[in-house]
Amino acid sequence: MISDLFSVTVLIGILASGIRLATPYLYAAIGETFSQKSGVLNLGVEGQMLLGAFAAFYVSLNTGSLWLGLLTAMLVGALMGLAMAYVTVNLQAQQGISGIGFYLFGLGMSDLLFQRLMGTVETVRGFPKIYIPFLSDIPGIGEIFFSQNILVYGAYLLVPLAWFVLNKTTLGLKIRAVGENPDAADSLGVNVGRIRYFTIILGGTLSGIAGASLSIALLNVFQQNMTSGQGFIAVALVYFGAWRPAGVLGGALLFSMVNSLQLWMQVKSVPIPSDIAVMLPYVLTILVLVATVSKVRAPSALTKPFEREN
Amino acid sequence: MTESNKLPSGRTRIESLEMRGITKRFPGVLANDRVDFDVRAGEVHALLGENGAGKSTLMKILYGLYRPDEGEILVNGKAVHIASPTDAIRLGIGMIHQHFMLVPTMTVAENVALGLPSSRGALTDLDHVSKRIIELADIYGLKIDPSAYVWQLSVGQQQRVEIIKALYRGAALLILDEPTAVLTPQEVDELFAIMRQMVKDGHALIFISHKLHEVVEISHRVTVLRDGRKIGTRPTSETTKQDLANWMVGREVGFAPERGETIPGMVRLQLENVHCGSDRGTPGLRGVSLEVRSGEILGIAGVSGNGQRELAETITGLRKITSGHIRLEGQEVANFPPAELTERMLSYIPEERMRDGMIKDFTVAENLILREHHKRPFSQNGFLNLRSIANHADQLIKTYRVKTPSRDTLAKNLSGGNIQKMVLARELSRKPRVIVAAQPTRGLDIGATEYVRAQLLQQRKQGAAILLISEDLDEILALSDRIAVIYEGRIMDILPRDEATPEKLGLLMAGVHPEEGAPVVK
Ligand SMILES: Nc1ncnc2c1ncn2[C@@H]1O[C@H](COP(=O)(O)OP(=O)(O)OP(=O)(O)O)[C@@H](O)[C@H]1O
Ligand SMILES: [Mg+2]
Repeated sequence: MISDLFSVTVLIGILASGIRLATPYLYAAIGETFSQKSGVLNLGVEGQMLLGAFAAFYVSLNTGSLWLGLLTAMLVGALMGLAMAYVTVNLQAQQGISGIGFYLFGLGMSDLLFQRLMGTVETVRGFPKIYIPFLSDIPGIGEIFFSQNILVYGAYLLVPLAWFVLNKTTLGLKIRAVGENPDAADSLGVNVGRIRYFTIILGGTLSGIAGASLSIALLNVFQQNMTSGQGFIAVALVYFGAWRPAGVLGGALLFSMVNSLQLWMQVKSVPIPSDIAVMLPYVLTILVLVATVSKVRAPSALTKPFEREN
Repeated sequence: MTESNKLPSGRTRIESLEMRGITKRFPGVLANDRVDFDVRAGEVHALLGENGAGKSTLMKILYGLYRPDEGEILVNGKAVHIASPTDAIRLGIGMIHQHFMLVPTMTVAENVALGLPSSRGALTDLDHVSKRIIELADIYGLKIDPSAYVWQLSVGQQQRVEIIKALYRGAALLILDEPTAVLTPQEVDELFAIMRQMVKDGHALIFISHKLHEVVEISHRVTVLRDGRKIGTRPTSETTKQDLANWMVGREVGFAPERGETIPGMVRLQLENVHCGSDRGTPGLRGVSLEVRSGEILGIAGVSGNGQRELAETITGLRKITSGHIRLEGQEVANFPPAELTERMLSYIPEERMRDGMIKDFTVAENLILREHHKRPFSQNGFLNLRSIANHADQLIKTYRVKTPSRDTLAKNLSGGNIQKMVLARELSRKPRVIVAAQPTRGLDIGATEYVRAQLLQQRKQGAAILLISEDLDEILALSDRIAVIYEGRIMDILPRDEATPEKLGLLMAGVHPEEGAPVVK
């Protein structure tokens, strides 16, 4: 029975779905990396994802255009980011609390819209798989890495892109400086508020995509609270990844692989109580966080509002 | 003439800059009251005044960090509007802040490039920036490695980064707000050499310092502020140190405090063969042994970075020792938590007071009870007694002459020197039996310095054992009963005060034993 569980085909299946399941985490956590690098903790990711997921699904369902759905999700995420930026930068709110507020707003709002506009669970045909010529024919590897849909590929391209922006561009330099020492950045003429607006809105947009990836690319349905904590996991992954895109990637993969394994075990009715199986990835996250978080230092100005003069 | 109005950096000089009738109010404080100030190309204009006189405020207005309530600024005779640092930088004004404005997790080149347009568009051009840094460093004789991380640099090197930052932006006028407060004497000499070079090339410099001999040495003119108001401006050549001191404080000040005699009593603090690490992984202390008795001040002399910080931190429980013994009044306390040491009446005046000595966003009153907040009369049955906290604060503010609008002002809004007075008030008012004082008068004006030194001598008279860590030899010689010299984590020697000459100490501080290692003169 155990040998049955771990045949080569099964292993490939687990890995392929692990790669796929990491998608929403990557979008959301890379977005969160940007905002935290600039000193802003956005705990509203989950809410942004939920509204993004609904917007993408609803628009796709009614217009038949997945791309229009995706665009709407990005817009909704960006608007939530804009609101968060106003509260954080202009009103200098306590970031932990306001983030929770945005989460609750997204949770309630997406549910309300769902009840009002749809009422029942429906499905769409999500983004189709794209088989990369030649590469997808490689046995095993091809199925795992090169037979995924466009949003999955996008998520993995985002990782080096984010690294590049943070480390090789003047914008990235400003973002890092604003998160470490906003007074220093300000004294050199960097507009601290504008940089934070940018990163928070970018984070919101990416969270919107993360939500869309669930509703129109991976699961292809919308349900109440369908993200079930993935946005919060994404925030944790940023700490786990020590504020580096590559680290975030590692964390997202670890988490989604365990999740994928856990799903297979349930499908195969491995005699483990399903509640425990479902818990596995979360327990793992907590353990890894406990083991790693004390060794790396967060951006010094994280959660600290900036003001020049009182 | 066209050639000579350019600076070596290629930027046009600021022939004259004038601030007229500048007024700035903060809640409860008139920080600047109709101040006039001007500076010209090719001169160092020193700005003097007691702690809280309004020097930094005036300079922050010039740099666009604060907006004045009244007044105007003229560059080369034309009125300008400076609403932000960007405006100031565009006009050719640079500033070295009292508390450095660097990003420690980034490299020197990244710190310099921050906020500037890049030759490669959206991409950083750090190679180009590094090259230009080295060019500028050559012109001005600054040694700097563009690829080093700022957190790895000594304070003196960090300051050079600040200067390069300003020069790179084409600063024609440079404000130096207490640049020497954290430097060793050698580093001060290096800084002055750079400043002289800049002046020769036609820069205009504004120099703030509490050390009058520096002002006399480097400046061409001096302006004195008192309580936010300008008292006057004079050519430096027409004044003396004593003149300036009296002028600034408004009364006669003495430079040497009266020590008085005490008879040292029991050993209160004892270190035996203490070893510990440092933040950079190198050994911080390598077998330090010393004792301090009741009624005695033991001075620790040495060039900064030779283990002074580690010494203070191990004694106060902020850093673990790897071997050895630390005893307070005979009892082993090595690696005890700070709270336990507080109970045993150990007080600490930390070197980095902004970081280790206070909580910026607490009020003055709250900061004043940090050590004793859980005890009567400040708290009863778990409740704070606000009345007694307020009374306590008012009393300390008065005795220690902390200049603050009220006890409820946030500590971060005090001027640099007054933060130190607040820390001192908290640490000394509890009748400590052992005091570790690290650079206790750094950044203080002469009146406050005189006062702090008198307070330490007072504590000594009352029987406290005091470990005084200072890089200022004058201070060590003025206060200590015995002087230990620290070098690379070891105590080179401990001399009684009357045997310690600056020459002897200087050699020991450089790691040379006068008897063994002194060069033989024929
Ligand atoms: N942001 C602020 N908010 C409120 N009060 C302030 C602020 N900045 C400065 N002050 C007050 O203005 C006065 C002048 O402060 P300033 O820092 O200019 O003094 P300073 O002359 O530079 O003193 P020091 O020699 O101690 O650095 C002080 O009373 C200070 O408490
Ligand atoms: Mg000042």
